[in-house]
This record gives sequence, C-alpha cells and structure tokens, in this order.
Amino acid sequence: MHIPDGYLGPITYGSLWAAVIPIWIYASKKIKKILKASQVPLLALSAAFSFVIMMFNVPLPGGTTGHATGATLIAILIGPWPAVIALSITLIVQALIFGDGGITAIGANCFNMGFGGVLVGYGIYKLISGSKFKVQSLKFKNSDTETHRSSLSTRHLIGAGIGAYAGINLAAFLTAVELGIQPLLHSGTDGRSLYSPFPLSITIPAIMLEHIFLFGIVEAVLTVSVLLYIKKSHPELIRG
Amino acid sequence: MKISNYKKLRIGIAILIILSPVGLILPELLKAGGAWGEWGADEIEKIAGYVPHGLKKLSELWKAPIPDYAFSGWDKGLKSYMGYIFSGIIGAALVIGVSMLIGKIFARKNGNS
Repeated sequence: MHIPDGYLGPITYGSLWAAVIPIWIYASKKIKKILKASQVPLLALSAAFSFVIMMFNVPLPGGTTGHATGATLIAILIGPWPAVIALSITLIVQALIFGDGGITAIGANCFNMGFGGVLVGYGIYKLISGSKFKVQSLKFKNSDTETHRSSLSTRHLIGAGIGAYAGINLAAFLTAVELGIQPLLHSGTDGRSLYSPFPLSITIPAIMLEHIFLFGIVEAVLTVSVLLYIKKSHPELIRG
Repeated sequence: MKISNYKKLRIGIAILIILSPVGLILPELLKAGGAWGEWGADEIEKIAGYVPHGLKKLSELWKAPIPDYAFSGWDKGLKSYMGYIFSGIIGAALVIGVSMLIGKIFARKNGNS
C-alpha cells in the first residue's frame, strides 16, 4: 500500500500533499490541546510499533505480500489525531530512509494509511463499542491500581476488530483508486500511461481482494491481540 | 515523561524487531513477491510491457540510504535477516526520536494529570 515515486502523476500527488498538510496542522493543534506530556512516550512507542509491524510482510502464497498497519489500534490507544501524527512520522521515515513509499507520494500514503485508515477505523470502533476507554497517564498508576477495573469489554474488542478491518480496507481502496485513475489523467500521445499503467478495473480488484480476504483479517486479529496484551501488561492504559 | 515507564510495551516492540525476519522468510517460503503496485521500473516493464516515461523519471528522484530495509551486499540469506533487524532497530529508533521531539513541542506542558 506504500505508493512509490512515479506511480502517481503531479495532479494526484500534488492534490494529496495539499490535502494532508491541513490535516497535519489540525492534528498538531489537537495534540496541543489533548495530549499530555506524560503520553508522549506512548505516542512514540505507537509510531515505533506501526513501523515494526509493517515489516511483517504477510504472503499471499504464490502472489503478492501485504502487511498490517496498526492504525486503528493506535487510534484506540492514543486517540485518532495523535494516531494521524504517529502514522505519518512512520510513513515519512519509511519513505526517506528505506525507500518504502515515494517522496512525492508521502502526501498520498499519509492520506490513505495515516488519515483515512485511522479515522474510519476509529469511527467504526466508536460506533460499535458505544463508549470509549481512555488512555490514562501513569501518574495515577500507584493510587488507582487496586481500584482499577478495565473497561475493555467484548463489545470494545469486536468494535476494534471490525474497525481495524474496515480501516485498512479503506486505505487500500483509496490507494487502488489513486493508482487506477493515472491512465485517465496522464496518457501520452501513444495512449500509454505516463505513470501507473493499470486502470481502475485492474487496481481495485487486485488490491481489494487481497485486503478483504487476507490483510484485513490480519489487521483485525493483530488489533484485538495487542489490546488483550495491553490489558494484561499495562491495564492502567485502558480505563473506563 | 520517561519512555521507560512502558516497559512491557518496549519489550513487545523489541521482540517484534527480533522476529521481523519472519516478514522476509515467510514470503520466500510461500513464493510471494512484493506488494501489489510497489514494483521497480524493470519489474513494471515485465508486467505492463513498457516503462511509463513519467514513472521512470520520478522513480529516480530519491535514493534512500537503506533501500528495502537491506544493506548493500547483505541481500541474501542470514545477512539479509540481520540487515532487516538492523533496519528495524534504526527505523524504530528514528521514529521514536522524531515522535518524542514532536510530542515535546506540541504536548501540554503541565499536563501530567
């Protein structure tokens, strides 16, 4: 899902840069308002988690590979706007240092995975779970540990799983559409595309089928598993 | 605000980094290639029959220092797995560093409660 340089023409990558910059500004303002200094390490660890989890390429036997993103999980833990920032930091480091995703496509990749995937995943999670649990700063840990009761209910877990599944599929869909419109937007005099050569009728089934049937499920299982791990290892992070 | 507070989360991420070569080994075993739509120019020529002009030009725009999480000369077998783990360490450290910096700039100053 990391679009490389060259697959998107200037109209598409330019528009998505233009879309993502106000998103970053808005997310930064939100962070200023809601993120406590004590939660910054959790933001950093979330971004690192996302970076590392994307290294786990899941194979489609004989075909392509894909990976989870952790977008919905991170939004549930630190809130959607801090998650937008965490995912964006990860995606920018991946592009600059590891060539995973293009420089021109940073806007697109951050928009797809870091914004679309996060907001839709989190939105559906909230819709299904009904309420949300909060990430709490560790200052309360000592005084509250005994009385603490985790509110991570089955409903939360179901919401998290479905949200994660929907979030990654939306990110995949955005990617497929952006790639698929290239032949329409930029074709040379010989009728050949100047950028990504495949039409929507190829990109959408190719990208969506693998996410609907495999990578989406991987994302959902990962999200629920990590929430259960955190419930056990750091119950103070999950509170009602 | 100390990162050492989240000990089990840090351990979890460290374990994931050590296990990350699974993300190379499994696709090798199951004969799966790269992600759909993330091919290089030469691969795209095989698939589409031509290299789009704009794609070729733009794809040469940036030379990443550690392309594909692999160090040059360390592209096969055990060495590629070691390189992958090093990439994971470098990447995670960078991401944590940048996040802490951005967090420090933006997070609420007296927001410990």
